[in-house]
Parts: sequence; C-alpha cells; structure tokens
Amino acid sequence: MPVQHIQLSAVDYTILIVYFAFVLGIGWALRRFVKSSEDFFLSGRSIPAWIAGLAFISANLGAQEVIGMGASGAKYGMMTSHFYWVGAIPAMVFVGIFMMPFYYGSRARSVPEYLKLRFDEKTRGFNAITFAVMTVFSSGISMYALAKLLELVLGWNFHTSVVLSAVVVLGYIFLGGLTSAIYNEVLQFFLIVLGFLPLVLLGLKDMGGWGGLTAKLETVATNAGYAAGAWSNSWHHLNAASANPMGVEWFGMVMGLGFVLSFGYWCTDFLVVQRAMAADSMTAARRTPLLAALPKMLFPALVILPGMIAIALHATRQGGFLPVGSDGTPNYNLAVPMMLAHYLPSGLLGLGLTALMASFMSGMAGNVTAFNTVWTYDIYQSYVRPGQSDAHYLRVGQVTTVCGILLSVAAAYAATRFNNILDMLQLVFAFVNAPLFATFLLGMFWRRTTGHGAFFGLLTGTAAAALHHGLVLPQGAVPGLKGAFLGTVLHTYPSEMAQNFWTAIFAWSACFVATIAISLVTARNKSDDELKGLVYALTPRLTDREIVWYKRPATLAVLVLGLTLILNVIFW
Amino acid sequence: MKLDLRLPIGLMFGVFGVILTVYGLVSEKAIYDRSLGINVNLWWGLVLLAFGLVMLGFAIRGSFARRSIQSPHHTSRA
Repeated sequence: MPVQHIQLSAVDYTILIVYFAFVLGIGWALRRFVKSSEDFFLSGRSIPAWIAGLAFISANLGAQEVIGMGASGAKYGMMTSHFYWVGAIPAMVFVGIFMMPFYYGSRARSVPEYLKLRFDEKTRGFNAITFAVMTVFSSGISMYALAKLLELVLGWNFHTSVVLSAVVVLGYIFLGGLTSAIYNEVLQFFLIVLGFLPLVLLGLKDMGGWGGLTAKLETVATNAGYAAGAWSNSWHHLNAASANPMGVEWFGMVMGLGFVLSFGYWCTDFLVVQRAMAADSMTAARRTPLLAALPKMLFPALVILPGMIAIALHATRQGGFLPVGSDGTPNYNLAVPMMLAHYLPSGLLGLGLTALMASFMSGMAGNVTAFNTVWTYDIYQSYVRPGQSDAHYLRVGQVTTVCGILLSVAAAYAATRFNNILDMLQLVFAFVNAPLFATFLLGMFWRRTTGHGAFFGLLTGTAAAALHHGLVLPQGAVPGLKGAFLGTVLHTYPSEMAQNFWTAIFAWSACFVATIAISLVTARNKSDDELKGLVYALTPRLTDREIVWYKRPATLAVLVLGLTLILNVIFW
Repeated sequence: MKLDLRLPIGLMFGVFGVILTVYGLVSEKAIYDRSLGINVNLWWGLVLLAFGLVMLGFAIRGSFARRSIQSPHHTSRA
C-alpha cells in the first residue's frame, strides 16, 4: 500500500525547528527552579489554575486523541463525540467537585500514595506497579504512532523518528521536571488548536458546511448498511448494537464508557490528577478539571470532524482518498494526516504537522512525568531505598526519566499489532483503571472499606477483566491479544469497542462486589481519626463562601454540565 | 509564577505569524489550489500574529503588575 509522501518545503521545516527550539528553551529556562524533588515531581505546587487546566487536557491530548479520535470519527462518525460529552466531561466535573478535596487536601504526592494513606501498603504497591506499566505502554503507543506516521506520510525513517521524539521529550523533562512538562503542554495545547483549526475550517467549507457534510455522510452510512444518519447523529442509533458502526447499545455506552472507563480514567489516573495536584491552592486544584472541561467539550470539532470529512471525501471519490488495505478496509489512522496533506499548502502544512508532533510529545511527556513520580516516590522511596536525602530522590527522578523513555521506546515496538490504537489503549484502561474506580468510590465514601478489601477487590477486578477478555472476541478477530486467549469463545461482540466497554463493566462490578464482601469479613485497619481528610464523611465540608459566587467550583460545574447537555441534544 | 508562560507562547506564535504572513506574500498562487484558492498562509499568519501579540501584551502587563506589587506570595518562593 504505497502512500504518496508529502513533500515538505523549507518554510515547513523552519516552523518545526522554531517549535523544537521553544520546547527545549522552556526546559532550559526552568532548570534553575528545580531545587528539590517536590519541584521536580509536583512543580512545587505553584501552578495557577488556568495553566494546570490546560495542561490537564493537553497531557491527555496525545496520540489517542488526535490520530485515534480522527480515526474513530472516520470509522464510527459522530458517535465518537461520546468520548467527550459522555466519556469525559461528567467525570471531569466529578473529580473537581468531589475527589480533588481528598487528593489535594491529604497532601499525598501521587494517587498510589493516597491509596497508602487510605488503605495500606499492598494496595499502594499494586496500583503503583500497574500504573507504571500502563504509563509506559501509553507513552510507547504515542511514540510508535508518531514514528509510523512520519514514516508513512513524510517517508522519514521509523527509528530516527523514535529517537528524535524521545530525545526532545527527555531533554525538556530532564531539565525542568513537571513544570517544564506542564508549560510545554500548554504551549502544545495552543499549537494543536491553532494548527488544526484552519484544516477544519477549510474542510467544512469544501463540504458545504455542516449540512453538506451530513448529506455526504448519508452515503457513507447507507453504503455500510446503516440508517442514513448513522454517521452524523450521536445518540439516535444506540437502541441496538447492530444499528450503529460502533456496535454498542446505549447501556454499554453509558455504563461502560460513560461511567466505568471515563470515571476510572479521569478520577484515578495519576497522569491527569498530577496536573491538578500541582495547582497553587485547593480552589485552584478543584477548578483545574472544571476549567479544562470548557475547551474539552469543543474538541470534537477539532479532532473528530477531520475524520468525518475524510470519510465523506473517501466516499464521494469512490474510495480514492484514504489508503485501502488488502482486505478492503480504509486505513483510518491516516485520516488526519491525509487531510493535512489534502487541504494545507506548505507553510500551514508545517504548522499542522508541528501540531501533530506536539500532540504526540505532550502525550508522551505526560506519561513520563507521571511514571517518574510514581516510580520514585511509590516504588523506589518506599521499597528499594527509603530514608535517603531529597537530593538523592531528585537524582533518581532524573535517571528515571531516562529509563522511562527507554522503556517507552521498547513499548513502541510492541504496539504494532492494533489497527486502531485507541482500542488498545481502552483495553489497558479496562484492565487497570476500571476496577480502581470502584476501589476509590468505596474508599472515599464508605469508611468501613478495609485495606484487605481494597487489595483483594482490585485483584478480583483485574482478574475479572482478564477472564472476560480471555473468553470473548470481537467480530472477525483471531484469538490472541484481541481476546479469547483462554481458548474458548463464549461470546462474540460486534466490535472491539463493545468488547472493551463490557470488559470494563465486568471488572468494575467484580471489584465493587468483592471489595464490599471482603471488607465486611475483615477488620478495619484504620481508625476514624486516621481517615480524617481521606473519607467523605470524616472530612469537614469545604465552604466556598469567601469566593465570589461565579468563581466557585460548584457554579463552574453547573455551567459545564449545562453546556454539555446542550451539545448532546444538538447532535442527538 | 516562575516564568510567565504567556511570554514564550506570545513569542512563538508571533514568530509563526511573521513566517506565515511573509510566506503568504511571497509564495506562488498555484500552491493555494488545495486550500480552495484561499491564501491561507497570509490570513492564518495574521491570526497567529494577532494571538501572539495579545499574549505578549498580557505578559508585559503582568510583569509591570508584579514589579509594582511585590506580593509576599511570590517572594516567599524564591
């Protein structure tokens, strides 16, 4: 499947080089502020809410977002917006209003450390290790996707791209730690918005606006055997799994994505929580995810629309836009890069490609900084060498940055087996985050939850995820990494997405039930006094009376939820 | 704040804006066939330049404000 390589001109390379210079320059300018391990890992808790908020979404704006959401926009159409309006915003509001008081208030330095304070050492160790593995995978996927893309689209050497992106990310984190990562994430945020916006505007103009696009998508939908609106409505075709290209029905969508996966990710994944923990006050920490939700809800226009336009172009040209594989399915992962090449002249093309690279690097950097902190505080300082000087741990953090990036490179080469990288990430989340959210819910809102309950509940949840994944298969896949590795196929799902949603639902339910059951038969290991500030009922209510009403987190939350509801209704 | 983030943001987009605007003025018309005949480099370059200048404006105003009121919050972190 040869793809015509995009020719970059001098102006495109200039833009790319200017960007790299700024990225490394920020790291260089911040290096003198890194004096203690807290500066390196938590930005010395000195980040204003707006910066933390933009970094909060940008850290998550990695490969899975720009390439994955574009790919899903082409593959599933407007239903992809559920990843935002159902699968992100409600959970972001929840973490800001209900969970941040515990995270920020307990002075824990990481999510695993919170688990140690709330439960016990083994729960923390388990989470620290699974999380470390997961971040390395995510970061590896980012790196793999970037290198693969540059190879296909620009004809760059795969290995050179891996090394180049690894060295740049390593450079700025090594120099400036989390502050540098956060600052660059904000820079990347603006670059991604301003780099992709002209593409979306041109694409929409070419299609004849939203009306013209939906008309063309009707052809896509009817050709694939669905109702005419299957690519342009978000909720309309969720009554049955067979009625929409994603192969899910509303219950799997709301429970699997909207509740378990989404809350599991946004509320317990240290990668994003770390950004809010770096905020300069409790109010700023609580406003971080809420401020992040405002631009987040508009992101479908930026990342999903290009994919939808790509598939519309593909259909109007009788399959002549996206490269088609030997089995006749288009390569959805190339939707966004093909769009860049199609609409942008040299100059803006350089900006668009730079934005694409920025998104990969912010995703990688987010994972590497989170990996750093968890490894150094929760594994090294706790189990390997406790009681060393702060300078020692700062040093370890810097060495870990190098190791984390090397491990990501290794993971990048392992990520080559999935057609849609988003599916692979969702799979990892289903194994790790989905059961964890049950542990957090019970831990924060039920003081009777015991350390043994949490630990064995988590194990049960992860085992349930593995068991479910091992016995089911998405349609058309062969047993192995994609499922049914236990040998028998009990159920076949219409798509990988549906399979992942249900894996998450099983994992969460198993963990929830097992944690309650085990907690009831084991003795409490923490007294009410020790749980002050860690459990809802034992923490004094935060009153925001000293803040003007329109600046209070609760006001912001209502605004965010209202706007999300409106968006859901408009694109129903 | 340790380094006013608006400064590098403003500088970078200012530079991008200048590059694209100038390129938009000197480049051949033929390259704009794919962008529906619109000189997007020129127009988007001006947008980026404006964005960069606004950010720089905020950064400069911020630095004046910090110099006039040296709040204890900032000095304690040095």
